[in-house]
Amino acid sequence: MSLLTLENVTLRFGGLTAVDALSFAVEPGEVFAIVGPNGAGKSTVFNLISRFYDPVSGAIHLESEDLLAHKASDVANLGIARTFQNIELFEHATVLQNLLVGRHRHRRSTMLSELLFLPSVRRAEIENREKVEEIIDFLDLQPYRDKMIAGLPYGVRKVVEVARALATDPRLLLLDEPASGLSVEETSDMRWWIEDIRRQMGITVLMVEHDMGLVSGVSDRVLAMADGAKLALGTPSEVQSHPAVIEAYLGRAS
Amino acid sequence: MRIVFKTSYLQDIRPWKHGYQLSLYLILLALALAAPLLLDDFYLGELTNVLIWAIAGMGLMVLTGHTGQASLGHAAFLALGCYANIILLEQGLPFLLAFPLAGLITGILGVIIAIPALRMHGIYLAIATLALSVLMDDIIVLSEPLTGGVAGKFAPPVSVLGIEIDRWGTPRAFYWLVFAVTVIVTLGYINLLRSPLGRSFIAVRDSEVSAQAMGVHIARTKAMSFFLSCAITGLAGALMGLFAGAFNNETFSVVISILLLMMIVIGGLGSIHGAFLGAVVIGFLPQFLSISKEWVGALIGGNTVAIPGLETGVFGLILIVFVLFEPMGIYGRWLKIRTWFELFPFYRRDMFKRQKSYLKTERLR
Repeated sequence: MSLLTLENVTLRFGGLTAVDALSFAVEPGEVFAIVGPNGAGKSTVFNLISRFYDPVSGAIHLESEDLLAHKASDVANLGIARTFQNIELFEHATVLQNLLVGRHRHRRSTMLSELLFLPSVRRAEIENREKVEEIIDFLDLQPYRDKMIAGLPYGVRKVVEVARALATDPRLLLLDEPASGLSVEETSDMRWWIEDIRRQMGITVLMVEHDMGLVSGVSDRVLAMADGAKLALGTPSEVQSHPAVIEAYLGRAS
Repeated sequence: MRIVFKTSYLQDIRPWKHGYQLSLYLILLALALAAPLLLDDFYLGELTNVLIWAIAGMGLMVLTGHTGQASLGHAAFLALGCYANIILLEQGLPFLLAFPLAGLITGILGVIIAIPALRMHGIYLAIATLALSVLMDDIIVLSEPLTGGVAGKFAPPVSVLGIEIDRWGTPRAFYWLVFAVTVIVTLGYINLLRSPLGRSFIAVRDSEVSAQAMGVHIARTKAMSFFLSCAITGLAGALMGLFAGAFNNETFSVVISILLLMMIVIGGLGSIHGAFLGAVVIGFLPQFLSISKEWVGALIGGNTVAIPGLETGVFGLILIVFVLFEPMGIYGRWLKIRTWFELFPFYRRDMFKRQKSYLKTERLR
């Protein structure tokens, strides 16, 4: 059974059809990339899965669970975590606090027990901290643990966002342009991390990315989109040589 | 330069960073506890006032400093707490029951009022809460049978465990009562900030979109923030009523709301310290001004002159100076000074400079 299935999903903003009857399925354990020119609707697909937007028609399922029946704040609870194209970290908090917010979906304590900081809260905090430390080790964030986000360089922020998403213990990780704005070395680091996330943690990755080097390096299957519709779906080399994709990027040869 | 060697997660979870810091706070606590023995009644009264303001400041800090919801209406919640406490006392409830109930009632009413406000952001929320503050005056006048209307009410003497507590009769006992409440509220606040709920407040403040993506229910979190904020403010209001002795519809005016917001901005948004430092400024400034006015009057050989609006003028000036030169407030300035000493001679001017934020084209609102 596919982990994530989109069936004929359509979203319109007024007269603009941002996503046009799009269908695809992400299999468990794979790295699935969405590519396409600017304005193709790639990030909109992410926002649909995150339930920030309601589609006009169509269905989105996580395994057999109907995602459209859930609110945006419940999506994390189902095991979907995401990063944002323009980095949406909690700026005036430390890296550690940011990652601990990622553990929020595992919160079991009530307001009163937290105000009194009962031993159960303390235990839960230590447990959260252990999970977060594993991720800090995994992504080499140790030097930044107690630093405020507001003072961190862009490349590190990008990694912290991935770390925060991993802290939620997801089954499906949505990465929105993980390599945008990164240097060549940082991009290759990101590539190894994505492979490790899939291999060591067993997390399925769905990503939007423009860097074709990264896409063809890590992804099993690629979906090419233009104007909200599917152009091609297949292995990276298949998609890259697909005539419709070449046309969308380069235009028709006259 | 101090290097703290961490060997356990508990070192990060407990509220103090190292033993030196803990001992400083313990000394401060001991001094505050001994204040009635060290100060005369006038200054003890001033100190009590400062602590009450600090509690109110913490109330607003939860909402504005940590959840990012600006409120210009917190005087209304001070009034609610004050009236609830006195009315319950008049019904014959003991103070130890009436006081926490007043906080609870204010908190619950705060949430009810907040429900329509949950969808508002920034300046719109500030305007809506400002309206609430203005309305409160009329509500108190209109509900005269309950509140005494324009004539106001007088605080009855209260007793805790058989000890009579009265602002004028037993100022020491009153101080210790206020001190105890301050300590309890502060400890609760510290606990809040190191647990998931407090972190979700900060998450809502900094980015609602990603807070949502992390599984934080925005409306519910804001409602909880309103509840805690209003409950604490209600407690402060109850103490304020007892401290003032008499109050009416004009006691908790819009000016108090503005003063409260100013206080936490001057003190430093987003920190418990800020509430206390701001309260010291707001609480002591009027006395400081009148004392220095006398002093200047004596120096130039004339009588003291009444300068209308001097206090508000100076407050306004201080606020402008802070917004221009130290938006992080007194506590932010203190952190810079401390870092300068800790890192001497490696402190850089840019260390606290805020980085330009990146494009927020995709803000989903």
